[in-house]
Amino acid sequence: MKNFSGSVLFLDRSDINTDEIIPAKYLTEISKQALKPHLLEDLRLDEFNARSDIEGKRAIITRANFGCGSSREHAPWALEVNGIHLVIAESFARIFRQNMFNCGMMAIELPAETIDRIFTDFYGKETQVETNFEKNVFTLTADNHRLEVSFSMTDFDRVLVESGGWVEYADSRY
Amino acid sequence: MGKTIAEKIIEDHYIDNPHDDIHVVRLDAVLCHEITTPVAINDLVNRGKDEVFDPSKIKAVIDHVTPAKDSKTALQGKILREWALRHNIRDFFDVGRNGICHALFPEKGFIRPGYVVIMGDSHTCTLGAFGAFAAGVGTTDLEVGILKGICAFRYPATIKINITGDLPKGVYAKDVILSIISRLGVDGATNKVIEFVGPVVDNMSMEARMTLCNMAIEAGGTSGICLPDMTTVEYLWAFIKDEYASKEAALEDFVRFSSDADAAYDRIIDHDVSRLEPLVTFGYQPDQVKPVKEIEPIKVNQVYIGSCTNGRIEDLRVAAQVLTGKKISDSVRGIVVPATTDVYRQAMEEGILKIFMDSGFCVTNPTCGACLGMSTGVLAEGEVCASTTNRNFNGRMGKGGMVHLASPATAAATAIAGYITNSKLFKD
Ligand code: SF4
Repeated sequence: MKNFSGSVLFLDRSDINTDEIIPAKYLTEISKQALKPHLLEDLRLDEFNARSDIEGKRAIITRANFGCGSSREHAPWALEVNGIHLVIAESFARIFRQNMFNCGMMAIELPAETIDRIFTDFYGKETQVETNFEKNVFTLTADNHRLEVSFSMTDFDRVLVESGGWVEYADSRY
Repeated sequence: MGKTIAEKIIEDHYIDNPHDDIHVVRLDAVLCHEITTPVAINDLVNRGKDEVFDPSKIKAVIDHVTPAKDSKTALQGKILREWALRHNIRDFFDVGRNGICHALFPEKGFIRPGYVVIMGDSHTCTLGAFGAFAAGVGTTDLEVGILKGICAFRYPATIKINITGDLPKGVYAKDVILSIISRLGVDGATNKVIEFVGPVVDNMSMEARMTLCNMAIEAGGTSGICLPDMTTVEYLWAFIKDEYASKEAALEDFVRFSSDADAAYDRIIDHDVSRLEPLVTFGYQPDQVKPVKEIEPIKVNQVYIGSCTNGRIEDLRVAAQVLTGKKISDSVRGIVVPATTDVYRQAMEEGILKIFMDSGFCVTNPTCGACLGMSTGVLAEGEVCASTTNRNFNGRMGKGGMVHLASPATAAATAIAGYITNSKLFKD
C-alpha cells in the first residue's frame, strides 16, 4: 500500500481542473516521471508557487469539484511521482476520483463544513496529516493544534487501495 | 418501478457486483487514441500482458496531433500503430483516413443503442446520442478494458432534461447545451447520467444530439444520453441493413433500450428553449455563459471552427451560410477543422471549403489540433479566440489565451466582425 501521511498542501479554490494539474502540452510524455516538474504549473491561485510549495508535500486538501475537465490520468500520475498519494476535498469529478483509486491512491470527500473547519484552523500553517487506514481517521496537526476527522470509504475503493490498483484487482478476479 | 435507459443498459451488461453499488459490466467496444492509450500499452507490455480481449471490439485512431508535430507525438502514434498491427486491430485510422474520435467512430458505424463503450477521453459521452452508455475513463480503466473487456461503474443515477418549446431560428444545439450547463453548474451532474428528452431533441439530427451529449461532461456528467428513435435508425441504417428486415424492425429492437414512464430520476428538469438566444462563455468555466448581445464587444484574434463538439458537416454548413460572400476581418485568423476525412470530403464536394477559403479562413486537416492547445492554432499569451469547442479553461488553447465558446454561426459572424457578435441567421 502507498503512503498516505505527511505534510499537507492547501489549495483554496474549487473547480481545479486537470489542465491546471498537468497542462495538455505534457500529454506527449509517455513516462510518468517526466511529469514530475510540471505538477500544478498552470494553477491559477493567489500566492501559490508550484516550484516551492509542492516540495516535500504528501497530501492535498482542497475545495469542491477537484480534477474536473479532461480525463487524463496524467493528473493523478503527476501527483504520484511527486509523492502525493492522498487528496482530501469537498468533492471530486468522477473520472479523476476513479483514476486516483485505480492507481491505488486515495481521493477522500469530506463534508463542506469539515473542509471549512480545516481551512479555518490550519490554512497557512505547516500542517501534517496522519492517516489511519484501518480506523478511517485523519489526524491533522500544526503547532499545538490537533484535529481528528473521520472519513468514509466504500469497500470497493478500499480493496483498490489495498490491492495497489484496478489492474491488479481486475486481473486477479476476472 | 420502471427503469431508465442507463439502468437497463448497465443491467444488460452485468458481470459482477463486487462491492457497494459498483457494477462491473461487459464492454461492446473499447475506443483508443494516441494520447491516452500508449501509456496503457506500455504498462501492459511491462506487466508481460500484451494482450487484447477482442481485436474486433477495439477501435483506434490517431487524432489529437496528426500528422505528428514533433518526435514525441510521432512516438505516441508509432506505439499505437504498431500495437494495432501486432494485435490485428483492423479498425485503426491513421492520417489520411482519420478524424476526431467522437466524430469518426459514429460515422464508421461502431456504435449502437444499448452499447456500453469506454474511451480514455472525457468527451466519450458524445456517443450517448445513440442511446448508448458511453463514458470517458482514465488510462487504468482503459487498460483493464483492453485486457479484459470490462469496466466498473456506479449504478447510474440520471438527471432527465426535458427540452421543450420551439428553438428559435439561428439558435443551435450548442446554445442549448451551454444554457443547460449554466443551469446545472460545472459539477451539477457529477456521477450522474444526463438524459436529454423532449420535443426539441426529437426534432434534432444525430449531429445536433452529439453536440448536446458531447458537453454532458462539462456539467460533470458520466454520460449524456438520448433515447433511440427513427433518426437513430436512419443514421445507422447503412451499417445495420443486413441485420434487420426493415427500419421498423430495427427500431423495435433498439427501443428495448428506452426509459420507462415510471422510471426513477435523481432530478427532472423542464428546460424551455423558446426564448433562448445565441450564447457565449465569458470566463474560464463552461457554466459562465451569457447571451451574445449582453456581453461587451470582445475583440478576438482568432476564430476556431471544429472539434468533436462542432466540427461535423452540419456545423460547417451553418458557418458557410454566414460566411458566403463575406470576408473575415483583417485582424482575425480564421481556422476551420473538418472533424473527419469524410466531413472534409463532403465539405469540399458541397463547395463549403471554397466558401471558407474565399472568406479568408485556413482549412486544416481533421485533428483535435488547437482545441486542447497542442497544434494548428495554439494561442499566444493574451490572445482571444472565439471557438466552437467545448472547454474554455485557463490555458486550454495555449497558455495565457482566452477562449469564448460559441456555436458555429456565432463563431463565423465573429470572424467577419472581428468581435463577438450574433450571426445574421438569428433575428431578435
Ligand atoms: S476535439 Fe477537443 S475535446 Fe474533442 S476529443 Fe479532441 S481534444 Fe478532446
